Amino acid sequence: MAQVKNYNLDQKFDFTDAVKKVIFILGGIGVLLLVLGILAAALGGDHAEEGGHAFHWTQRLFANLWINNVYFTGIAIIGVFFFAIQYAAQAGWSTALLRIMLSFGYWLPIAAVLMLVTFFIANHDLFHWTHSYVFDKTSAEYDRIIDGKGSFFYWPMEKGTFPIFYIVRMVLFFGFWVFFFNKLKSLSYEEDLQGGTSYWYTIRKWSAIFLVFFAVSSSISAWDWVMSIDTHWFSTLFGWYVFASWFVAGLSAITLVTVFLKDQGYLEMVNQNHIHDLGKFVFAFSIFWTYIWFSQFLLIYYANIPEESVYFIERLSSDVYGPYIFVNIVLNFVLPFLVLMTRDAKRHNIFLKLVCTLIILGHWIDFFLMVQPGTLGHNGGVGLMELGMLLVYGSAFAFVALSNLSKHNLIAKNHPMLEESYHHHI
Amino acid sequence: MERDKHFILGIFDDEDILLNAVKEVRATGIRIHEVFSPYPVHGLDEELGYKRSSLPIAAFLFGVLGTTLALTMQFYMMKFDWPMIIGGKDHAAFPDFIPVTFELTVLLAAFGMVGVFMISSNLKPWGQPRIYDLRSTDDKHVMAIDIATNASVDLEKIKDALKTSGATEVNSKSFD
Repeated sequence: MAQVKNYNLDQKFDFTDAVKKVIFILGGIGVLLLVLGILAAALGGDHAEEGGHAFHWTQRLFANLWINNVYFTGIAIIGVFFFAIQYAAQAGWSTALLRIMLSFGYWLPIAAVLMLVTFFIANHDLFHWTHSYVFDKTSAEYDRIIDGKGSFFYWPMEKGTFPIFYIVRMVLFFGFWVFFFNKLKSLSYEEDLQGGTSYWYTIRKWSAIFLVFFAVSSSISAWDWVMSIDTHWFSTLFGWYVFASWFVAGLSAITLVTVFLKDQGYLEMVNQNHIHDLGKFVFAFSIFWTYIWFSQFLLIYYANIPEESVYFIERLSSDVYGPYIFVNIVLNFVLPFLVLMTRDAKRHNIFLKLVCTLIILGHWIDFFLMVQPGTLGHNGGVGLMELGMLLVYGSAFAFVALSNLSKHNLIAKNHPMLEESYHHHI
Repeated sequence: MERDKHFILGIFDDEDILLNAVKEVRATGIRIHEVFSPYPVHGLDEELGYKRSSLPIAAFLFGVLGTTLALTMQFYMMKFDWPMIIGGKDHAAFPDFIPVTFELTVLLAAFGMVGVFMISSNLKPWGQPRIYDLRSTDDKHVMAIDIATNASVDLEKIKDALKTSGATEVNSKSFD
C-alpha cells in the first residue's frame, strides 16, 4: 500500500549470469555424475540373480527418476499450498514472501510431463501391479491380494490391461494443481496492476477451494505414486507421512530462497522477524514429520503383524538401507531439533542455510527409502547415479523457480496486508 | 533512604503513551523500577532495556531432566527390577520407551518452566506480592520509580518527567 514508502516495491529479482552459471555448473556436475553412474552400472554388466530375475541398470535409473519426480513435485505443490494457507489463515506477516512461494509452482507442469513419461516408460520396473500376470488366475504368478486391489488402478477396464483409473487420477491431480496455481498466480499479478482489496478476497476463496482439493489429492497421490510400489503393504498414515515430508522440504526450500535473496540484497522489508518465523515453521514441522514417522513405525513394530512389519524389515534389516534409516532420523529430526531450538539460531542466516540444506537432502533420503527398497531391493543404494540425478533435478527446479521469480515484482505491492508485514515484529 | 521501599508511581491510560513515556523518562536519566500492566504490552521489554528472559534455558534443562528420568526409570524397571516380555520384544526395547519419554519430557519442561516463572516473579505461595496500584490489574498501566535508586534526581523533576510524558496521575507509595 501507499503508506510503505521507504522500500522499492517494484523491485524485481535480477537472475544474473553469475547465478545462472552456478546453477548450470551444479547441473553439469549432476549430468557428469549421472553419466558416470550409468556407465559404471552398464559396464558392470547385467548380473543374473538367483531365481533367474536379471537386474538391469535402467531399473535403477527409473527408480531415481521416480524418487525425484515425486520429491520435486512435492516441493513445487507445497509452494502453492503454503501460499494458499497464508490467504486461508488471513496471515499478514508473510506478505513479502508470497512471490517466493508462488515461484515454486512453475515446476508443476514440467513435473506432470516428467511423471507421466516416466510412468509410461518405466511402469513394469517400478510398480509390481502393472504386470498383467499377477491378475491371471491361471498363471503361477497369480497374486490374490494384488488382484483384490486391482480395481483401484484399472477400473473400469479389465485388471492387468491399461491402468486407466490410475492415469486419470494422475492427470486430474496435476491438472487441478496447475489450474489452481495459474488462478492464484494470475490473480496475484493482476492485483499488482489494479490494487484494491477485491483480489485478496477472490484469492482467499480460490485458496480455500484449493486446500480442500489438496487435502484429498495429496493423500491419494501418496498412495498412488509411493505406497503402491510395495503393493501388498499399506499404512493408513501414509498420505500424511508423504505430505509431512513434502511440507518440511518445501518450507526449507522457501527459507533457503528467502535467505539467498536477502544475501543478494533483495527483499529489504523482510527482516529477522520474518526469517525467525520461517525458522519456526521448519523447526515445528520437522517435529511433525518425526511424529508421523514414529507413529507409523511404533504401531507396526509393536503389533508385529508380518504383512505390516515386512516394510520395516526390508529397510532396517538391509545392509543397503539400514544405515539410511538412521541418517534419515538424524538429518530430519535430531539436527533441526537441536540446532534450531534457540531463538538466536532461527534468527541467523548461517544456521538456517546449514539446516535447511541438510533437511532438503534428508527428505530426499526419506523418499529414497520409500521408493528404492520396493523397486530395486538390494541392488539399490546411494551412488553416483543418485547424487547426479538429485543435482540435475535440483538445479533444474532452481532454474525454473528463479527464472520465473525474476519476471514479476518480488513483492505483491498492492496486497492489503503489506503494511502488517512491513511492521512484523516478534 | 532505603532502597525498594518508597516509590513514585505514574499512572497511564494508554499503552502507546506508556511506551513513549518509558522512552522519555529513561532518556532523562531516571531509572525505572518496574512497569505493571494489565496485559502484555508489545515492545515494552525492549524499551525498558530488559535482557531477554532465560526461562527457555530453564525449560530446556527441565526437559533434559525429564528425558533422563523417563529413560532411567523405564530401563531400570524393564531390564533390572521386573523384567517382562511384552509382545515378544526384548526386555529393554527402546522404541517402546519413546512415548513415555516424550510425555515426561514435556511434563517436566512445562512444570519446571511454570515453577521457575512463579518463583522468579514472586508468585510463590509463601511470597507476598506487592500491590503498587490495584488498577494495574484492571485498566491502568503503572510505572514505578524507586526514589532511593534515583537519589541524585530531584523528586519534583521525577514527577514533572512523568507528567510531561503523559501520566494521568502521579502518586507516591511506600511499603514497610
